[in-house]
Amino acid sequence: MWEQIRSNQLRSAMLVVIMGILLLLVGYFLGLYFFNSALGGLAIAAVIWAFMGLIAFFQGDSILLGVSGARKIEKADDPRLYNVVEEMSIASGLPKVPDVYIINDPALNAFATGRDPNKAAVAITSGLRDQLNRDELQGVIAHEIGHVKNRDVLLMAISAVMLGTIVIISWYATRFMFWGGGRRSSRNNEGGGAIQAVLLIIGLILLILAPIAAQLIYLAISRKREYLADASSALYTRYPEGLASALEKLANSNTQVRAANQATAPMYTINPFGKKRAVTDWMSTHPPIAERIRILRAMAGNSYADYEKAYQQMHRGQGIVPKSALGTG
Amino acid sequence: MVALWIILGIIVVLLFAFIAMYNGLVGLRNQVKNAWAQIDVQLKRRYDLIPNLVETVKGYAKHEREVFENVTKARNMAQAAGAAGAAERGKLEGELSSALTRLLAVAEAYPELKANQNFLALQEELSSTENKISFSRQFYNDSVLRYNNQTQMFPSNIIASMGGFKASEFFEVTVPEEKNPPKVSFS
Repeated sequence: MWEQIRSNQLRSAMLVVIMGILLLLVGYFLGLYFFNSALGGLAIAAVIWAFMGLIAFFQGDSILLGVSGARKIEKADDPRLYNVVEEMSIASGLPKVPDVYIINDPALNAFATGRDPNKAAVAITSGLRDQLNRDELQGVIAHEIGHVKNRDVLLMAISAVMLGTIVIISWYATRFMFWGGGRRSSRNNEGGGAIQAVLLIIGLILLILAPIAAQLIYLAISRKREYLADASSALYTRYPEGLASALEKLANSNTQVRAANQATAPMYTINPFGKKRAVTDWMSTHPPIAERIRILRAMAGNSYADYEKAYQQMHRGQGIVPKSALGTG
Repeated sequence: MVALWIILGIIVVLLFAFIAMYNGLVGLRNQVKNAWAQIDVQLKRRYDLIPNLVETVKGYAKHEREVFENVTKARNMAQAAGAAGAAERGKLEGELSSALTRLLAVAEAYPELKANQNFLALQEELSSTENKISFSRQFYNDSVLRYNNQTQMFPSNIIASMGGFKASEFFEVTVPEEKNPPKVSFS
């Protein structure tokens, strides 16, 4: 498991690093434009980032569970659901059984939260709980526990905070610019003017494009982790059909999760906004459900290697599962 | 002088590789031990559930004495073999599983029993415990596979033999019926 986690982190780390560079650039140009000092902008970006990061790190799970209206349950409330969570924690070798939450909502969905495997929680809507049989429930819970086990929750929180910081800074920076802000011009000596002007135009373009780029990177990370959690689900349950058939039920329902929003969307099993928004592949937090089902059904066995093979058949040889994980299951 | 530094560098690199591999082996061995303890927890839970289940079924199906006796006997034998190796325990636990399956099959014939809330709760507990046993076994075997690979593959096998890391035994169930455990599903 350890080598798998490490390599997952490496793989997604690249994208996170690119996002970090984007954040630094935004801060740099912000400082250059408004404060005449790149360092000042970098400091502002760092402060906002650290502030949001600390909140997300320590309060993120309770905020997420609170916003979605989740209610914690004990074993006596729903023995079967609780048992399934226990079974999947055992199968994945989690050190502690996650807390179990129910969201009173007829829509079909589930999500996992918790910054490390010792503080994890899984939440499921009452609609989904009622519609799934035991095998399907197992597949869905295993997918969520896969997110916990692969440290996706932490990774997605880090990327979400970076995305949020970039969006906030760019939003305010561009608004102030249009209002004629910026105190640079007059105090500068004339000599460096041309270079400065070019730099500022680059900065302006960057401030406008950065949020879009960051959003796309964020979505790319999110989709990758979904495939991986599907593979984990198959490995833990040794029964990919369970998750496949649950996904089929999810695909056929058309109720949206009431309490979901753009920021929390990647935490869910499927895109909580459903099919109503006509989104293309790379604009979505989740891979298309039909494709996920096809991959799960094409698996010859239950291991990561089998998932990798099925995935490759559908993506002209491109892989998804990290190499070091292939030998372990 | 340069050669000395190069040799020193190589020694340091080798030392770090040694430490990393040694610690990796210790971690895997502990994981195997922990996974084994997990199986024990679940098996014990099953021993505790069985008397309760037998009592409940007895109240409705008095004539199936042989089935009850078989379950109780298999349970006591499995419990007594708690300290045995993985292979021996696998066999006894497999026998207990098939005795339990017969008990549940018998229960199917008594509609009043199947309507009993207490029985239904016990049945969910038991089938979940069966699942937990097989999932903890699955995790144990996965852990053993990783650990054994490390003790046998080059170059970590050198450190494994120096540090006395011995390959672990898989927990296999030898009763043929157990290979395809009957899925108790109530959807």
